Amino acid sequence: MSLLEIENLSLTIGATPILKGVELTIAPGEVVGLVGESGSGKSMTALTIMQLLPHLARAEGRVAFDGIDILGATEDQMCALRGDDIGMVFQEPMTALNPVKTIGEQVAEGIRWHTKAGRAEAEERARKILDRVGLPEAKFPLSRYPHELSGGQRQRVVIAIACALKPKLLIADEPTTALDVVLQAQILDLLRDLVRENRMGLLLISHDLAVVTEMADRLTILRRGEVTEAGDTARTLSEQQHPYTRELALASMHVPARPKQHLAGSAMPLLEVEGVVRDYPGRRKSLFRPAQPIRAVDDVSLTIEPAQSVALVGRSGCGKSTLARMILALDKPTAGTIRFRGEAIIGKAEAELKPARRDMQVVFQDPYGSFDPRQKVEKLVAEPLHLLEKQPANAERREMVAHALDEVGLGPRDMDKYPHEFSGGQRQRLSIARAIITRPKLVVADEPVSALDVSIRAQILDLFAELNQKLGIAYLFITHDLTVARAMADEVLVMHEGKIVERGKTGDVLDHPRSEAARALVAAAPDLHRAIARRMQEQG
Amino acid sequence: MTAYLLKRLIIAALTLVLASMVVFAVMEVLPGDPARLMLGLNASAEQVEALRNQMGLNAPLMLRYLHWVGGLLNLDFGRSYTYSVPVIDLVRERIAVSLPLALIALALSTIIAIPVGVFSASRQGRAGDTLAMGAAQLGVAVPNFWFALMLIYLFAVWLRLVPAGGFPGWGAGIWPALKSLILPAIALALPQAAILGRVARSALIEVLNEDYIRTARAKGLPYRAVLWRHALRNAMIPVLTILGLQFAFLLAGTIIIENVFYLPGLGRLIFQAITQRDLIVVESIVMLLVAAVILINLLVDFSYAIVDPRLRGRQ
Repeated sequence: MSLLEIENLSLTIGATPILKGVELTIAPGEVVGLVGESGSGKSMTALTIMQLLPHLARAEGRVAFDGIDILGATEDQMCALRGDDIGMVFQEPMTALNPVKTIGEQVAEGIRWHTKAGRAEAEERARKILDRVGLPEAKFPLSRYPHELSGGQRQRVVIAIACALKPKLLIADEPTTALDVVLQAQILDLLRDLVRENRMGLLLISHDLAVVTEMADRLTILRRGEVTEAGDTARTLSEQQHPYTRELALASMHVPARPKQHLAGSAMPLLEVEGVVRDYPGRRKSLFRPAQPIRAVDDVSLTIEPAQSVALVGRSGCGKSTLARMILALDKPTAGTIRFRGEAIIGKAEAELKPARRDMQVVFQDPYGSFDPRQKVEKLVAEPLHLLEKQPANAERREMVAHALDEVGLGPRDMDKYPHEFSGGQRQRLSIARAIITRPKLVVADEPVSALDVSIRAQILDLFAELNQKLGIAYLFITHDLTVARAMADEVLVMHEGKIVERGKTGDVLDHPRSEAARALVAAAPDLHRAIARRMQEQG
Repeated sequence: MTAYLLKRLIIAALTLVLASMVVFAVMEVLPGDPARLMLGLNASAEQVEALRNQMGLNAPLMLRYLHWVGGLLNLDFGRSYTYSVPVIDLVRERIAVSLPLALIALALSTIIAIPVGVFSASRQGRAGDTLAMGAAQLGVAVPNFWFALMLIYLFAVWLRLVPAGGFPGWGAGIWPALKSLILPAIALALPQAAILGRVARSALIEVLNEDYIRTARAKGLPYRAVLWRHALRNAMIPVLTILGLQFAFLLAGTIIIENVFYLPGLGRLIFQAITQRDLIVVESIVMLLVAAVILINLLVDFSYAIVDPRLRGRQ
């Protein structure tokens, strides 16, 4: 008998239909993947099972968990199920824990609530489950607060809360999307082990086809609130009967065409970074001893040639974003030199930096956070124009904005809109338009596609490739995602604990990594081809 | 933790020193010679000069400042020009009215505001919330002395439950004294509670949208338990900030309210002292009020560290 049965589930919020006739079943011990792009209704399906939907949501159909009719259950019945028989893990570990309570309190709370156990007993059980998820007592006593833990450690605490009472069903909504690939592999291993140990059913929600393929026995693909395809993972992905399944699979492996490959050693370097060091003041351990500085970037040297595309890859916290900030002259190195087109950019006054700033632009990760919501697109995209020697007149300025919008595949009519009128992918196009309006020689892109859906991501990568070919822009991609590096970079630099530990041609580094850090990244990176092949063997 | 508290303490002390300089300087530039004021209009220039010398008013500025600060530290605030008694005696008598009044008002506004904020936030957008916030809007808009008059009319004139004004002194017994402080405390507290309630509501609504609230709900805690155990403590941070800032307004409010209720408190003393140009009394009371505001804000800073472990640093 199935643990969870969803039949003909429809959901509306106000007058907006969210889900239409969704069907899904999970048996005990089974891992089911729910795949879809943002807005497809994955999270809403999960929240329907938990009955934690927003106010105006109305669900119809049948959702049965272990024989209990969820849609007809009272709030008291749901409280008894949540956290006891159904656990849930969320996407964003940095904000999923209450900052003012210790991890011990937060794990023990659910145990005490459901089992009526005393404080001491609940804390003992909390201790056990924290040990189990890889947070041993010696380093992670119950009295730790969330802010003292890293993102991966916090996600382990969230998993401990969800699994403390050995639930029959665990719902994990994008549990690793906010983590780097090495942490992702560790968390997925942990989830797999917990499923096996407790014969838990697992509903794994993800936009990443490769992750789901590695984990799930069966998968359900959701598009605009409807199930487009469902079945055994291996069969579904190898046959790819539905065009949307094929589209998703192709998009997640997309490599843009770049006919003109960069030829090394052709010209004077565009950017030279030599022996750059960045120290941050450390935390004082005593009032009377000076604090030990923390070295975020340690003796890094690199060069980028005109029109060359370089990827700087590394785990979160390895210092890659700090290095990018120094290259963009937003932060000063403690030691070392940075030269852009042969001229040092360190120690210059803001006015002298103008030419460098004009020729060096940036694209950030979050297309939602990097625009002022109260300004129109024309003003936002025209922002870097103040760096030009001669300020363009109004008409000329509109002309330039229209041209930049055209180059990124948007229209001149978009000029008078506000950022909220655009989708995530379109907003990332806007930030690229803003970056290229001054005709820069170098664009630094900090995780430019990691917040985007696979199909949008493929389009944005194509756009980057096209601009590289057409305008000869050099790129520095900062990413923990090796598929981006593989798709876009001529050369890869691997950064680990502030140092560059490996560098070389993209294919060489990614196919035959030599350093331990690079090997760890490559081994942990989910790969759709590899995952499908393994599934095929397992499922016949 | 100690580093944070030490830093706050040093900042508070520096603020106090700076404030004392400002208060002293302002009193210096104000027109009106205290010696002439004490001797009356008929005094000769020599008599005034003699008294100025005797009062130390002719000494260099820096010396007079140090003398004044030294006096403050020894609780010697000088002598009142009009009453000819030590200022400390006046203050001691009046503070026995004003301090309880301010504390009762502060407690009352917190006790009213937080439940109202919780009530409104948990019914966001529904009738109860609209009604409570409408009342709060009224509370913010209506001046406290008008509230005071309405309260007097209702409870003293009409229902005859409490006296309409005056203060029998603590010697008359605790209950009669408290009874005469109830209405002024309510009049002071209501506008404060209205502001604080609105802050508590919006802080709670913001916190209730945080991811960790969803995590707590997913544990199986009912909504009420999540609200009280997880949301409220996080929402206390902005509430405490406003509470500290409001204390200064509360003290300013006592000047008006003590006059309305005819209470012999610091507020009325400073009001009389200003009209009589009794500058040394004004100076002392202002300094006292400044110190009280700084102290309350120091306590607020300390309570941040209790509420928010991130301020305490690594253990």
